[in-house]
Amino acid sequence: MIEVTNLYKEFDGTPVLKGINATFEKGKTSLVIGQSGSGKTVFLKCMLGLLTPEKGGICYDGRHYGEMTEDEKRNLRKEIGMVFQGSALFDSSSVEENVMFPLKMFTNQPYNEMLERVNFVLKRVNLENVNDKFPAELSGGMQKRVAIARAIVMNPKYLFCDEPNSGLDPKTAIVIDNLIQEITNEYNIITVINSHDMNSVMEIGEKIIFLKDGVKEWEGTSDGVFRTDNKAITDFVYSSNLFKKVREAQLKEKGM
Amino acid sequence: MIHYFKSIGRYFLMLQQVFKSPQKRSVFRELIFKEIEDLGISSIGIVAFISFFVGGVVVIQTALNLESPLTPRYLIGYASRESLILEFSPTLISIILAGKVGSYIASSIGTMRVTEQIDALEVMGINSLNHLVLPKIIANIFFYPFVIVISIALGIFGGWVAGNITGLVSSTDYLTGIRTDFEPFHITYSLIKTSIFAFVIATIPAYHGFYVKGGAIEVGRASTRAVVWTSVVIIVLNYILTQMILGK
Repeated sequence: MIEVTNLYKEFDGTPVLKGINATFEKGKTSLVIGQSGSGKTVFLKCMLGLLTPEKGGICYDGRHYGEMTEDEKRNLRKEIGMVFQGSALFDSSSVEENVMFPLKMFTNQPYNEMLERVNFVLKRVNLENVNDKFPAELSGGMQKRVAIARAIVMNPKYLFCDEPNSGLDPKTAIVIDNLIQEITNEYNIITVINSHDMNSVMEIGEKIIFLKDGVKEWEGTSDGVFRTDNKAITDFVYSSNLFKKVREAQLKEKGM
Repeated sequence: MIHYFKSIGRYFLMLQQVFKSPQKRSVFRELIFKEIEDLGISSIGIVAFISFFVGGVVVIQTALNLESPLTPRYLIGYASRESLILEFSPTLISIILAGKVGSYIASSIGTMRVTEQIDALEVMGINSLNHLVLPKIIANIFFYPFVIVISIALGIFGGWVAGNITGLVSSTDYLTGIRTDFEPFHITYSLIKTSIFAFVIATIPAYHGFYVKGGAIEVGRASTRAVVWTSVVIIVLNYILTQMILGK
């Protein structure tokens, strides 16, 4: 379990996260949602240790991140897989080199074993015969899948995804969402996804945390998102015409 | 002014992270060879071309300025050799490399920063500064002295060719000149300077690239800043090192 306690982060005196508490459980896909600028990415970066919060703590299965030595932090990070918004693949390396990179850095496996593992995870994300291609030669969806393959190649305990389906068409976005959920269940890992995509909420959100202006405004399940009367979240969820119509239909059904 | 002091402080803090033990020696070795290819071998062509022609120009200009019939012609070879060994090859070639290699280092690291590739390394638990910068420093320090030796040799050869083509200095006079009063320590001085400049060429652009914020335009700006500051530092260090090593 990942426990976040009273997380507070500011930039140049402007608070971005204002004391967030949250827990993320094993085998569950948790989504952190909110508008752009609500603090989602800062929240994720604080959890990953890429940013240092001014106050609060993060606890990974009983291990307090703030109390760890640099070596302990590096060891913990080996248990973390991360899918960045822009995929963050090494653009001068091939797909195979990208996915093999963590194995080369942290294991002493012979090349053939590493290659076997690389091919296995690439197959797992439905990518084959792309080993020698470079990231620039792949579509956005394929790049995301390579990023997922690289994130899971070391069998992580924790998987973080920052807007994994941004810039993708709805169909590909659903494929990526489902893939993340399948991997979460299959490997029984803790998955935290930053998103502002309501389709993701409906497809894979087992636990939803809604951030607004750096504050945790609401927490619940994907069903709860559509039932809540919390104004902030209903404004966010029903901001598109499609969802407005869904809402109207729901209210009609309820006779309201 | 405070901004400059902050930058200098941050540069040394960066070096502290850079000079940590590599996490995986086999990967590190691979990276060094890759950097030798990217930063060193790929620079030989331009260095050879410039050195050859500048060597020729040095000989022509020296010959044209030694008008007195009392001055022995072999001094043209002597003066050309000294200017190539002491100044042209180590300093001017380093400034040229600051432009070519420095902009490459700053823009490649800067692009990695803005596309979150550096964050990806950090999240994996890799010391990104050590992983990205130390192989560049080692490749530069070990390979640039060879580049400078090639530059000196080709500069002297270019001078001989130009002297012969223009008829300003005979082959015999030139070859006598380049062997007159040869001081081997000048080569040592030249290579010491080169190694220090090589360190500067690897680290200052890496600093500018690593701490870039923003997007493509900022990466371009960082690259320009890196070349300017690397050149400035090389010029200042050239003065200090010359005074320290050759000054009496």
